Amino acid sequence: MGHDHKLEIFRGLWKFKSNVTKIWGVFFFLCVVTAVEVVLGIVKPESLVHGRFLAMKYLNWIFIILTLVKAYYITWDFMHMRDETKGLRRSVVWTAVFLICYLILILLIEGDYIYEVYKANYVKFNF
Amino acid sequence: MEATVDKTGTDGKTWGGGNRPLNASYGKLMMWFFIVSDALTFSGFIAAYGFSRFKFIDAWPIADEVFTHVPFLHGVPAPMYYVAFMTLVLIFSSVTMVLAVDAGHRMQKKKVIWYMFFTIIGGAIFVGSQAWEWATFIKGDYGAIETKGGKILQFLDTDGKRASVTDFAIPITSERGTHEESNGIWYDAEPETQTTVSYAEVLKGFEASPDLLIRSQELVPNMEKLRASENPKDIAEVARLEREFINLDKEGEKAIYSREVGLAKLKADGKLVVQGANLKHNEYGHPLFANFFFFITGFHGFHVFSGVVINIIIFFNVIIGTYEKRKSYEMVEKVGLYWHFVDLVWVFVFTFFYLV
Repeated sequence: MGHDHKLEIFRGLWKFKSNVTKIWGVFFFLCVVTAVEVVLGIVKPESLVHGRFLAMKYLNWIFIILTLVKAYYITWDFMHMRDETKGLRRSVVWTAVFLICYLILILLIEGDYIYEVYKANYVKFNF
Repeated sequence: MEATVDKTGTDGKTWGGGNRPLNASYGKLMMWFFIVSDALTFSGFIAAYGFSRFKFIDAWPIADEVFTHVPFLHGVPAPMYYVAFMTLVLIFSSVTMVLAVDAGHRMQKKKVIWYMFFTIIGGAIFVGSQAWEWATFIKGDYGAIETKGGKILQFLDTDGKRASVTDFAIPITSERGTHEESNGIWYDAEPETQTTVSYAEVLKGFEASPDLLIRSQELVPNMEKLRASENPKDIAEVARLEREFINLDKEGEKAIYSREVGLAKLKADGKLVVQGANLKHNEYGHPLFANFFFFITGFHGFHVFSGVVINIIIFFNVIIGTYEKRKSYEMVEKVGLYWHFVDLVWVFVFTFFYLV
């Protein structure tokens, strides 16, 4: 079980000779992604902070997409999801992704709605 | 004829349990079950954090101003660096863990021991860093005034930099008696923590230093859009904003009161000094931020801690040769799954507490 590893990432763009070198390769990639996030978080480029897509700043889109990229490689290569059967992969990933997307959608819309209610003075702060 | 049959004749076949569609052992599957359910628990917490953040989007603290400390670099503002370090430590300990799993597959006991050892060390460094992060957050740095309505007023100097309440407050000498149980029927013990300055001292200091300004918990809206609107409510809102604030050109930033309005607000609504954060008060912004920070990073930290404990148990099992005898290091793989999951959660916590 698990002895035969798939030794390529980025859809075959980067191939490794052994499982150990693949682990270091993925580690290097995760470090680069984290470094990009940290640099963007410190610099906060003006153009990315002010532009918005679907009511969210470009910068935040970048952060969230990079986070999902990191999550993918941690699950696929560190947790060996790449080497598991399709059935196991899908029952874990699809279930979680579906439920989490649903939860986030509902809660964020609701939170924003309450913010608008507060702001429109249906409820008054004593401030 | 016997009453029961102990062989059904289907052993090893599909209906006899011989079919293993997922091709994974029982233990690994159960670990995946646990991970999925735990992932949903964490998602619930983080989505609830998002809910509260959207609900109080104005009053939410700016993460860059909250987590600016690095150990041994006192007073040097360095946002993000320390938490980036923590993230790398955790990712690195994930790497040593997966290397231990790999060595286990090839039955290399020595290597498994060393890699497990590094993983445990990495986990311990992470938990320690988290504790330090908590301590810094609880202690706070600039201090702020909380209003009667529960809002936070923060102070800025002429350069727009944050000003510390302890720096400009003017001490007022007063006798502060301690109420003791022996001389009162209605006795309440003193709160354990006292702020270093009082509201009256901060007010006096603010009045005496004309350069100081107060930052509100409102975000500057898109003024162009608001000014173009014909709606009488919007016109009134523009008039109010222009009367109260001086940085209306900075869309999306926290609005700053003019000196006069700020002083009036401080006098009329100020109630108490807040230094640092706890579950009720938070000098950086809305108290819910502190609640979620303590709860989510605490829950994650508890996972890291239990992960370290489990890793230590497995570490000693490897040393005494349990898995050598079993001829399989699958147990290392199973705790490895848990350990990577903890890393995975941190990747999300990092994004939603520190970056976004």
